[in-house]
Amino acid sequence: MMRKKTRTKSTKELLGSKDIKRIISRIAHEITEKNKGVENLCLIGIQRGGVHLARRLALEIKTIEQVDIPVGSLDISLYRDDITIRKEQPVVRKTELPLDITDKKIVLVDDVLFTGRSIRAAMDALMDFGRPAQIQLAVLIDRGHRELPIRADYVGKNIPTSQKENIEVELIEEATPDRVVLYKE
Amino acid sequence: MKKRHLLGIRDLSRNEIERFIETAKGFKDVLKRDIKKVPALRGKTVINLFFEPSTRTKTSFEIAEKRLSMDVLNFSVPASSVVKGESLYDTIKTIEAYGVDFIVIRHSSSGVPHFVANNINASVINAGDGINEHPTQALLDAFSIKENKGSLEGLTITIVGDIYHSRVAKSNIYLLSKFNNRIRLIAPPTLIPDIKGFDVEIFSDMDKGLAGADIVMMLRIQLERQGSAFFPSIQEYFKFWGLDKRRLSLAKKDAIVMHPGPMNRGVEISSDVADSPQSVILEQVTNGLAVRMAVMYLLSGGVDS
Repeated sequence: MMRKKTRTKSTKELLGSKDIKRIISRIAHEITEKNKGVENLCLIGIQRGGVHLARRLALEIKTIEQVDIPVGSLDISLYRDDITIRKEQPVVRKTELPLDITDKKIVLVDDVLFTGRSIRAAMDALMDFGRPAQIQLAVLIDRGHRELPIRADYVGKNIPTSQKENIEVELIEEATPDRVVLYKE
Repeated sequence: MKKRHLLGIRDLSRNEIERFIETAKGFKDVLKRDIKKVPALRGKTVINLFFEPSTRTKTSFEIAEKRLSMDVLNFSVPASSVVKGESLYDTIKTIEAYGVDFIVIRHSSSGVPHFVANNINASVINAGDGINEHPTQALLDAFSIKENKGSLEGLTITIVGDIYHSRVAKSNIYLLSKFNNRIRLIAPPTLIPDIKGFDVEIFSDMDKGLAGADIVMMLRIQLERQGSAFFPSIQEYFKFWGLDKRRLSLAKKDAIVMHPGPMNRGVEISSDVADSPQSVILEQVTNGLAVRMAVMYLLSGGVDS
């Protein structure tokens, strides 16, 4: 997700902490249902927004299946397609994969699905670490405007937006109350 | 990063230095992977223009460039048209016409990278100019200090050797003095440059200069630059200014020993010190790759000048 810090005129809270809790619980059930359990499963959060969500999903899955599933983080900045046209290079953050991803079922986790370019970069980055059996995608918000043929397997909420709007997912791990906010220019 | 060139440390801000080091940390992780290549600068072309012999710096840059997926050209003087009498200006104009994105340049004259930067539409990285600066070395040294000491501030850093001829020492002095450190220089009186405006303590007695140091930074005696007699003999040099076990014990217990390489064992540093657990000399080599990747990555977004 490209997070441009633009001057905002108005903000609107779209989801609160209870909504987010319910969504995470539902997606956790969907993941275990679709994969018929958690065997071979690994959650990988995309830096930065997806990392906390991946951890929360893993906690939620543990309450359902009583199994700790491996969780990792993935930095995609070196795989972006806009790297040489940006004015400011993105900060290179940690990639930590808890295991060899070859032959694993990977669930990529991100906060907002927008153009799909981050997901493309994330898939390329993953392939440099191994050959997963499958890659699935879970997002909290799908705001539309795809520029690549990419869709999510698990969606928290579809929120149609205009290009001028911006969506921020704010989580308690970042010292703000859990909420999803729409910013309008 | 707003910068397009890296010509020296002198004109960098603290923030910029910290950004280079922070980014290098990310690249160091990349270097530990099975596939060490990332597509970040795919489609970009770099030319390594070395007017002075260099194996280490050139190899380090070349690996860093390849890890970033750049196309790499090497241009070394003995094989080039410079020996046929072409001027530096014409050489760089020709390179510009090739459409390269980066020039990494080393030259025996101070200021050449600045001249090139003013005359070419590409990012210029100084890989050492005369006795002026060697900015990527100072950045990798700072990265190594931060990794080992947890901070870049409040340290006592002793730099020993041929300060006068050393661009490494100069870039390090510029960098470390931006971060509130105590800087000490130890050298024969003939090899101390005129450093005005910098808060450094100068020693010619090595034992005194080493006492209580956190970092001991050794320099290579540049035998190729010793045109006139700066000191009587190599044996005498080691006796007065060489680092051995006894002298290192005067520094703090957890002091680290650094050297930019290549080392002259038995001239400026004894073998047992070079191979001791306090030596971080090989870490510096690895960190050099990460820092050079970070520099090119961050400059590729540059827009100024």
